[in-house]
Amino acid sequence: MTARVHLGHDHVRHLLRQMIRIRHFESKCVELYQAQKILGFLHLYDGEEAVSVGVMEALAADDAVVATYREHGQAIARGIGMDVLMAEMLGKQEGCCRGRGGSMHIFDRKTRFYGGNAIVGGGLPLAVGVALGDKMQGRNAVTACFFGDGAVDEGEFHESMNLASLWHLPVLFVCENNLYAMGMALERAEAEPGLARKAAGYRMTGTGVDGMDVVAVENAARSAVEQIRAGGGPQFLECRTYRFRAHSMFDAQLYRTRDEVETWRRKGPIARFQSWLVQNGLIDAVEVHRIETEADAEIDRAVDFAEAGTLEPVEELERFVTMEAVPA
Amino acid sequence: MNAVVTITYREACRQALRDALLSDPRTFLMGEDIGRYGGCYAVTKGLLDEFGDERVRDTPLSESAFVGAGIGAAMVGMRPIVEIMTVNFSLLALDQIVNNAATIPHMSGGQFAVPLVIRIATGGGRRVAAQHSHSLEGWYAHIPGLRILAPAVLDDARYMLAAALKDPNPVLIFEHVMLYNNEGELDPAVTEVDIHRAKVRRAGTDVSVIAYGNGLIKALAAAEALAADGISAEIIDLRVLRPLDTATLLASVAKTRRCVIVDEGWKSGSLAAEIGMRIAEEGFFDLDAPLRRICGREVPIPYAPHLEDAALPQPADIIAAARGLVRPA
Ligand SMILES: Cc1ncc(C[n+]2csc(CCOP(=O)(O)OP(=O)(O)O)c2C)c(N)n1
Ligand SMILES: [Mg+2]
Repeated sequence: MTARVHLGHDHVRHLLRQMIRIRHFESKCVELYQAQKILGFLHLYDGEEAVSVGVMEALAADDAVVATYREHGQAIARGIGMDVLMAEMLGKQEGCCRGRGGSMHIFDRKTRFYGGNAIVGGGLPLAVGVALGDKMQGRNAVTACFFGDGAVDEGEFHESMNLASLWHLPVLFVCENNLYAMGMALERAEAEPGLARKAAGYRMTGTGVDGMDVVAVENAARSAVEQIRAGGGPQFLECRTYRFRAHSMFDAQLYRTRDEVETWRRKGPIARFQSWLVQNGLIDAVEVHRIETEADAEIDRAVDFAEAGTLEPVEELERFVTMEAVPA
Repeated sequence: MNAVVTITYREACRQALRDALLSDPRTFLMGEDIGRYGGCYAVTKGLLDEFGDERVRDTPLSESAFVGAGIGAAMVGMRPIVEIMTVNFSLLALDQIVNNAATIPHMSGGQFAVPLVIRIATGGGRRVAAQHSHSLEGWYAHIPGLRILAPAVLDDARYMLAAALKDPNPVLIFEHVMLYNNEGELDPAVTEVDIHRAKVRRAGTDVSVIAYGNGLIKALAAAEALAADGISAEIIDLRVLRPLDTATLLASVAKTRRCVIVDEGWKSGSLAAEIGMRIAEEGFFDLDAPLRRICGREVPIPYAPHLEDAALPQPADIIAAARGLVRPA
């Protein structure tokens, strides 16, 4: 592990806690999915938690985030309350989007979270625009744009990388390279599977980082964000990671072996960070247990909140199709 | 000062853009060749020199990226005006328009508005064949969340943009390419137009002709010929393709009891089909004759002039249809 980030007790505890909160939140989501309380598509982040947790540490409150349909991790790490998230998953009007978006389309004005986007690549042009708008209005904000390795195949990726670099916009492109786009393996899809190298084609700094190592991700993101904020233009950060579960909830996983998954699981970001912390005396089992218990209690409260939530009246179905005013 | 000015449609569009840039620092223009080149239809000519490249932004050839960038910038407080050279190219940005601009206000539970204006050149008649001549605005009129405008007359070309910029929702303005050179007088008494209502451009009693864009100009020409023949046609400029001002259409049909709809788009699944069906649903008992539609022929627009002319609605088609309704054989 690198040492740019000061690994004080509070900080490492925070990183571990964030990853555990995401993991446990999603385990609860699986239960609720099986109970048919969460419907539709549910894309889990199991195995990739270090990416969003590490990157969010590098962002300030005024920065912006654009994510994908696999965005529970980003949403939680960015500080969106589990209560409104869970209510959204349950389709309740107390949800952050009144139950209109669901798992794949989380938006939150307060934290400058510009979606959840279920079109592969669809968030990238929008992120470029958020950064452009911020820059033109003199805000010194950075937009972190998350997307998968599959999005790199799309034209929108290339158009957006070019435009952001050409106009010197403050975007941190974060590619969560989990080696698969559904069943399409990276090397079967990309003529150049070294994704970080693609940045050079746009005169952009491209960095690859071990996405299973939360501290490494945080370091890389901090250094990129620092340079972007100082006016250095956009950067591309490839986080090499792995998804432990199915693409969505049902997936026969014919495209990879059990062994492969097991091998990666042993490198899992939580297990690895936690045991490293314990070995180095930065945290002990009791404290880990406390973090887990607190996370579970928080999740229980979120579920209670969501279950007690109400359904938006059908009379409001068409509300906000067109807006009466731009929200202040 | 109150003198009537003669102006082209192109110049009216340009003045509208200039006004927008002068009156609101949040506005900026973005699109392919709108700056140095002066705009592929010369609408934005001179604006780069006046406003600089921060506010008149030449973009790379990347419709999806710059339309998406307009959406993002609009969401964080700007008022971007994006130009897409031709409606056929807007298909490369369809994802951003349909999946982002049109959905985000609703899908976010009203947390975000997308106050974005997109100007798109549309339509046939310039002998540029099947990849630059189509009329796809009817497709966009299918999409909830968008407002679709089609300025046909100078007042609308001049003042619809300002109204569109006040709308908190994404507005697409379709400028028919055959209108840019139209010249006429701008009434100095008019300084704004609405973007909600269709408008009767010529009152009549025997038959209603509903048209928009260049179709309106053809319908007005047809009305002249029909008048000479003793048939009084009421010409309605649809203007707003979404949301449809059905009330104005129904009121006219209730009066004339006959209706021809002119739409350069293909007939199958067209905007004309939607208008006709609304009249059938809500005005059926007012009708004395079947509804008629004059639409683009169902072919990719061809290059050869005689073929292109045959593929597009023409005044003669409108005249024949109207006459057929008023004086059935
Ligand atoms: C434009 C588009 N094409 C296809 C899909 C269907 N789809 C959903 S997720 C996905 C795989 C995307 O993979 P990647 O970008 O690597 O993200 P990951 O799911 O691995 O996080 C596909 C093909 C889609 N949602 N959008
Ligand atoms: Mg992937």
